[in-house]
Amino acid sequence: MAATLKDATAIVGIGQTAFAKQLPQSEKELACRAILAALADAGIAPAEVDAFASYTMEETDEVEVAKAIGAGDVTFFSKVGYGGGGSCATVGHLAAAVATGQATVGVAWRSRKRGSGPRPWKNTAVQLPTPGQWTRPFGLLRPADEIAMLARRYMHEYGATRDHLFNVAMACRNRANENPAAMMYERPLTREMYMTSRMISEPLCLFDNCLETDGALACVIVSAERARDCRQKPVYVHSVAQGLPAQHHGMVNYWNDDPLSGPAWTAARHLWKQADFGPQDIDVAQIYDAFTPLIPLSLEGYGFCGRGEGAAFTEGGALEMGGRLPINTGGGGLSEAYVHGFNLINEGVKQLRGISTAQVPDAATCLVTAGEGVPTSAILLRA
Amino acid sequence: MTTTAPADGLLLPVPDEDGAPFWEYAARGELRVQACAACGRLRFPPRPCCPHCQSFESEWRPMSGRGRIWSYVRPHPPLLPAYAAQAPYNVILVELAEAPGIRLAGNLVTSADAPLDSVDPARLRIGARVQVVFAETGGVTVPRWILEKA
Ligand SMILES: [Zn+2]
Repeated sequence: MAATLKDATAIVGIGQTAFAKQLPQSEKELACRAILAALADAGIAPAEVDAFASYTMEETDEVEVAKAIGAGDVTFFSKVGYGGGGSCATVGHLAAAVATGQATVGVAWRSRKRGSGPRPWKNTAVQLPTPGQWTRPFGLLRPADEIAMLARRYMHEYGATRDHLFNVAMACRNRANENPAAMMYERPLTREMYMTSRMISEPLCLFDNCLETDGALACVIVSAERARDCRQKPVYVHSVAQGLPAQHHGMVNYWNDDPLSGPAWTAARHLWKQADFGPQDIDVAQIYDAFTPLIPLSLEGYGFCGRGEGAAFTEGGALEMGGRLPINTGGGGLSEAYVHGFNLINEGVKQLRGISTAQVPDAATCLVTAGEGVPTSAILLRA
Repeated sequence: MTTTAPADGLLLPVPDEDGAPFWEYAARGELRVQACAACGRLRFPPRPCCPHCQSFESEWRPMSGRGRIWSYVRPHPPLLPAYAAQAPYNVILVELAEAPGIRLAGNLVTSADAPLDSVDPARLRIGARVQVVFAETGGVTVPRWILEKA
């Protein structure tokens, strides 16, 4: 029998700091606080940690984290590239390391001061020459501009409208309104607010964009066997995948033969092939939402509907509680916090533990995805 | 035709080894795309070898400079200052007439040296036919696009 990651490991601890536009602590301190909270949640001592995974954009490296929290000897560490595309892969890398005996207790984390820190696109010069020489001089400067280009084409090809994008923003905001930890708790959104808000990059307006957040999150991964003795109900890592499609070029997928079928499609094929269940069996999904158009594109990529049907899928409250596929039940990047998608992982764990602030009754399966539009990753979690 | 654009301070392309010929041809007012010298397939962005036949031999093929708008955006501030000064401007993606899979980012302007916001937004339309022109900005020549005369 071939080796498989299926249910071989589980997430047994989750931790997070406060989310705010501005926090006084450093990224390093926030990282340590989130990691220690996750270990405490799991009931595992820091000295037992022997594996770390984070993002290449994480500025606190594992050397600093390991010595600060008092980790033991570390035998596996990994960093995943492409910003928000790396979130689920951090869990995937640790699951592989633990399942193959390279380590026993893995910690994945992301700490970020995007709310009070510099705008990454202000440092545009470092993105030149490749591939920036083909886009930046013309004023395609920010991720919002790059995704807006895809969104305009998507709307043109499939008749998607701003009302469809509003459906996405509204579902995320409604969940954040139920989540006291969310930045948009008790801050309702209306269609009027959405339709009259300022434009960021037409056709995308303010509410099509994620929040600017200071904060950190972490989770703890151990073998399924070890998980049975942990403090919390294990949430099993059922399937993992990364996705870098043929002829992909990163954020500006415009040179691919088919720019509207991005990395989600590639990750999805592998993800479902390794799984015991399919899209129709998913109880709740946490779908990467740095920008609203990523939701219809991802719904198509992960097989919840056909090509070009993602916008129509959002109609009739499908993404809301009690709908066909409740998404981003903590509020997501649009309304809980934008920490490069890591909050979506922890929210998936909360759903399968049954402790979400917007709990889907008896949720047993959850899809979590990472950034679409960049080389991505995804995990299937099961209770 | 190369003219001097009035609005400077825009980011300049920083060519890498693969992309340098594109900018050298642009400086001469030519739009050229890298092609495989072995199998003849065009590729963009430029790279060291052909993804179809793996040949390292390439040539730079002249294009007609005609294309259609595949998509477009209008960025609003906050933006880098030089761009904020012309916002909301347009950025278009042009599918080349000879190779629809090759899409060049650029700006639709009323003439080579016109500002990035010179075209009435009502004229931005997916599928619109456009023609390349060349503008000098900060000593570097970049392609821009004008609506093809009907
Ligand atoms: Zn070739």
